[in-house]
Amino acid sequence: MKRTIAVVSAGLRQPSSTRMLADRLADAARRELKQLGAEVDVELIELRDHGHDLVNNLFAGYPSAELRRVHEIVARADALIAVTPTFNASYNGLFKMFVDVLDDTILMDKPVLIAATGGTGRHSLVLEHALRPLFSYLHAVVVPTAVFAAPEDWGAGDTAQGSLVHRIDRAAGELAREVDRRDKPVHGDPFDDPTPFEHMLAGE
Amino acid sequence: MQFGIFGVGDVARDPVTGRMPSEHERIKAVVEYAKLAEEVGLDVFAIGEHHNPPFFPSSPTTLLGYVAARTEKIVLSTSTTLITTNDPVKIAEGYAMLQHLADGRVDLMMGRGNTGPVYPWFGQDIRNGIPLAVENYALLRRLWREEVVDWQGKFRTPLQSFTSTPRPLDGVPPFVWHGSIRSPEIAEQAAYYGDGFLHNNLLWPKEHVQRMVGLYRRRFEHYGHGSADQAIVGLGAQVFMRKNSQDAVREFHPYFDNSAAYGHGPSLEETMKQTALLVGSPQEVIDRTLTFREYAGGDYQRQLFNVDGIGVPRKTVLQQIEMLGEVVQVLRKEFAVGRPAHVPDAPTHESLKAAARAAATEEDR
Repeated sequence: MKRTIAVVSAGLRQPSSTRMLADRLADAARRELKQLGAEVDVELIELRDHGHDLVNNLFAGYPSAELRRVHEIVARADALIAVTPTFNASYNGLFKMFVDVLDDTILMDKPVLIAATGGTGRHSLVLEHALRPLFSYLHAVVVPTAVFAAPEDWGAGDTAQGSLVHRIDRAAGELAREVDRRDKPVHGDPFDDPTPFEHMLAGE
Repeated sequence: MQFGIFGVGDVARDPVTGRMPSEHERIKAVVEYAKLAEEVGLDVFAIGEHHNPPFFPSSPTTLLGYVAARTEKIVLSTSTTLITTNDPVKIAEGYAMLQHLADGRVDLMMGRGNTGPVYPWFGQDIRNGIPLAVENYALLRRLWREEVVDWQGKFRTPLQSFTSTPRPLDGVPPFVWHGSIRSPEIAEQAAYYGDGFLHNNLLWPKEHVQRMVGLYRRRFEHYGHGSADQAIVGLGAQVFMRKNSQDAVREFHPYFDNSAAYGHGPSLEETMKQTALLVGSPQEVIDRTLTFREYAGGDYQRQLFNVDGIGVPRKTVLQQIEMLGEVVQVLRKEFAVGRPAHVPDAPTHESLKAAARAAATEEDR
């Protein structure tokens, strides 16, 4: 079966360690899913490219054509890999703006791998106190392993949790298995399938 | 096809002169706009309803009653009537009274357009927006159509043996349009009753307007009111014109850039591309308006223009209405070209009265 993984990176610099982590996770997830017999497409979304559109969406209430295309990629994807840098103990504003303009049903029952980069390993719990509750609120299926990369991880990377490569592989494996056990997401459209008025009249 | 002006009646500072008009000035100015709209040959004048600053039109029936006394032909409408927080009994009575005083020159546009705190101020909850629109409107229809109403619902105290007075003029209730920017439920509601559907066409892009109107047209046919292209569609737009296009854009920029509705989001130029914001020469406005058939999925019945608000001064608004009078003469001719005979005009009191009489004669046979 053909599967699509959407990858969202909220990194700001170029080159970006956040983007690098996103790429490593995407490669690993692709490999794991292939082993389960799927064909895999990866769609990478650099939020930096959509910064102005995100502000405009918040102010005007509707997305630009380009941003709507991005929403559709996420909606149709079998899974999402979401990676943000850590800013003042949380995801950055760009990342939150992206989440804020998503339809709040778009991630329902969708496997999501959360990951973050940060200036020190002491920020690693950002994944557990900021990202995981955010995606739980949106009813996403967040895989147990969340991947945090501190500067030292790009070196020898041996931490109490094992090396970064090991954590990436474990998280990607978890994501692939969640995708594999699901059908392709159905992307419902209220305009194609309106609630009949009799139901509304009856208070249903 | 009907053309007119509509607005929400905000009191806003003129960003160019820094002048803040008083509520009194704004209210009197809007009456002047309605009179001029009639003089230059427009068909419809519509004003919104709001119960919080910076908007002044909390009492559209008072305002429209006064306008009715000072005009002769123009149809008076609302943009919108709050079907969520108003008591449907008061809407039935207030607008039936207005209909008598205006000799039938009245229709209404229903909307939910309240902000969060307005609902609790009127004893309601914004999370019930759609259910309130559904239940209240169902009651309103019965109050206008049935002499004696027994009724019980979720949101209002029950009614036993209630007769709403005055009865609608000639036994014909005012025609109703349903306005919604983004809720497919409201397009469905309009289709179910065979009422009109108006998209303000301003705050969301073209593709979205097409989907909303498309849904309404399909469901209008589904509920047996006629073919999809016979559904009663209205669109809005915002207009700012000067003889030269560049002058229009330059002059409108500060109003756009500083407005509460538009400012600091997508630029004027982007918004003009995406939505029915028309800023330019009269010819450009004509050309753009003619493309709205694309938005409406075919020929449609009512085109409203917003010329007021966001701090644009009174003198400029009056100039805009004058220019609109000329623009509309061209639009009438152009929109008539190739319009299929089976596409109806927007219902008026006279056409609804004739239809009711025809239906009664049919029944007698």
